[in-house]
Amino acid sequence: MRRALPWILGALGVVAVAALWELYKWLGPADGVVLGATAGQAGSGFRILPRTGDLNMPHVWDMFERLAAGNGPGTPPLWLSVLAAMGVTLGCAALGLALGLVVGFALALLMQRSRIVEWGVLPWVIVSQTVPLIAFAPIIARIGSQIDRGGFPWPGWLSVAVIASYLAFFPVAVGALRGLRSPDAIHVDLLRSYGAGYGQTLRKLRLPASVPYLLPALRLAAASAVVGAVVAEVSIGMPGGLGRMIIQFAQSASADPALPYGPVFGAVVVGLLAAGSVALLGLVLRNYRRGEAVA
Amino acid sequence: MRHSTRRGLLAASTAATAAAALALAGCSPSAPAPGPSGDVTNPGFEPLTSIRLQLQWLPQAQFAGYYVAQEKGFFQEEGFTDVEIVPSGGDIVPQDALLAGDVDFAIAWVPKVLGSIESTGTELTDIAQVYQTSGTTQVSFKSNPVPTVADFEGKRIGSWGFGNEWEIFAAMAAEGLDASTVSITTQGFDMSALLNGDVDAAQAMTYNELAQLFETVNPATGKLYGPDDVDIVFYEDTQGAMLQDAIWADTARLAEDPAYADAAVRFLKAVVKGWAYTNEHVEEAATIAYDAAVAGGGYPVGPVHQLWQANEVNKLIWDGGDFGVVDANAWARTVDGALTAINQDGLHLITKEPPASAYDNQYILAALAALKADGFVVPTSYTPIQVELTEGGR
Repeated sequence: MRRALPWILGALGVVAVAALWELYKWLGPADGVVLGATAGQAGSGFRILPRTGDLNMPHVWDMFERLAAGNGPGTPPLWLSVLAAMGVTLGCAALGLALGLVVGFALALLMQRSRIVEWGVLPWVIVSQTVPLIAFAPIIARIGSQIDRGGFPWPGWLSVAVIASYLAFFPVAVGALRGLRSPDAIHVDLLRSYGAGYGQTLRKLRLPASVPYLLPALRLAAASAVVGAVVAEVSIGMPGGLGRMIIQFAQSASADPALPYGPVFGAVVVGLLAAGSVALLGLVLRNYRRGEAVA
Repeated sequence: MRHSTRRGLLAASTAATAAAALALAGCSPSAPAPGPSGDVTNPGFEPLTSIRLQLQWLPQAQFAGYYVAQEKGFFQEEGFTDVEIVPSGGDIVPQDALLAGDVDFAIAWVPKVLGSIESTGTELTDIAQVYQTSGTTQVSFKSNPVPTVADFEGKRIGSWGFGNEWEIFAAMAAEGLDASTVSITTQGFDMSALLNGDVDAAQAMTYNELAQLFETVNPATGKLYGPDDVDIVFYEDTQGAMLQDAIWADTARLAEDPAYADAAVRFLKAVVKGWAYTNEHVEEAATIAYDAAVAGGGYPVGPVHQLWQANEVNKLIWDGGDFGVVDANAWARTVDGALTAINQDGLHLITKEPPASAYDNQYILAALAALKADGFVVPTSYTPIQVELTEGGR
């Protein structure tokens, strides 16, 4: 029973969101709530609650019904297309997360080893996250296409993975640095008194100590990697994934309002899968998870 | 089959094309002569066999002619072994991709490229004006009518922005209206801004958003919206109309690289064949475009929508003149509009005439001449079909 409780509560949460959606759609004002509107002037004022019509808020059951229908005679049902797109996006996000983990951890090791490196690198790590993704993504795609022209084939998914890793490495670098720094001075001194070198201290003390910091950081990184992959797909125009699907379905949003929710559900599931894989990693590393810190 | 296929006679066709280009270059004073130094049997360069074409949006029937040329092997017939059609739809700006050398040719609207040419000081050449007329409209409901440009003042006018808004300002400038009195509202890629009443008149392409509107169920009647429910301002009927989908090439490369100039003419031959096929087999062309979009990992609006689109773009392409030849009057109208238009922030699109190299008809004329020599008949007009739209274009 104790095991099942989180699952039951999770499922209830999903049902509650759907119920809230339908409740607002049923009870809310048809034209939503707008503050400071001028009478007779289209689109004036500041909207704080959405309109409730089918165009703006399709019924939850319509969204699921739409998942079962195709694009026309002889076309596959929507859920099948969404599943295929999820595979593409999940693959890019996973690769991005792996790249981000490697780069972020390497940076953390370097910064832990040398204060000079930390002073030199950490500000840039933070500044890197202020560069808007939509400015950064086309540059990666362009560099990729130039490498491609040089003879080495650079596929679009690699650009997407690199952009996803750009978001994912940041929490890893910061979290891992804190984790590697977390052992108390007396523990470090103890190992030094045993004559342990840098490598031994790292293996026996710093790496195990970093786990409680790394896991929450990885959870953030996994979510960032998924968001990064979806945005990067849109930005560089890579076909096949959820990002492209969302932008293309947005064109049909008025004529087929339930359609765009298909890939949105897909993105939610991909995010859950990414977070779930980090939870699995946590199971593997459970011996080191005493007193997990909040990143 | 009235296309003369000449597979295996690549060298001959290349030489014939080059000769035709050379002959035409003689009567075109503005541009440098492309092609070889006159030796017809030995062109003096290695012909390009692999090229990339940048589209300005996601794969759909708007670009049917290129996908048909791909599918039907028209590019192979002109000596290309590998033609890649690169979709946009993200942050890829076609003219920028062309200037960066990522692609060899690009599809883009004329006013947007004129803006790029002036702002960056670079040179691009319109080598074929595929759409001869403007497909932009401003659509409003009869219940809140905005039937003419003169009615724009004081209204909320929707536009996608990103350079798609200049026809609005050009049309208003031509009528002496003040752009600062309209509030331009950025609308999404669907028609919900109009359906929700967030704008009084929404921007819509005849071949895309207008169909999206007519694929939407009117909640009051339970039936699809139809032409009787709306007022439509066709920019083609105003002074604001601007030339749209054109094929652009790198000006400097055309002048310096005879292989590129030769490839431009061969590429245009294949494109003409592709669009001619789209004219004569509109249903098959729409299917080809839909299938290509799906095969490329895209999620296009359904097959019925694509058929509407192919039918509508055919109307824009085949206006009675020669395919792809820039009409000097339409060009002048576009440039005038671009010069006079002032947006709601008081900004101009361009402030001086574009360079003479901004368009050059010699390549498309050479392609048409070579096709004629091959016995290929290029249509000039199009007989539209009736497309019955369905909910959601499915």
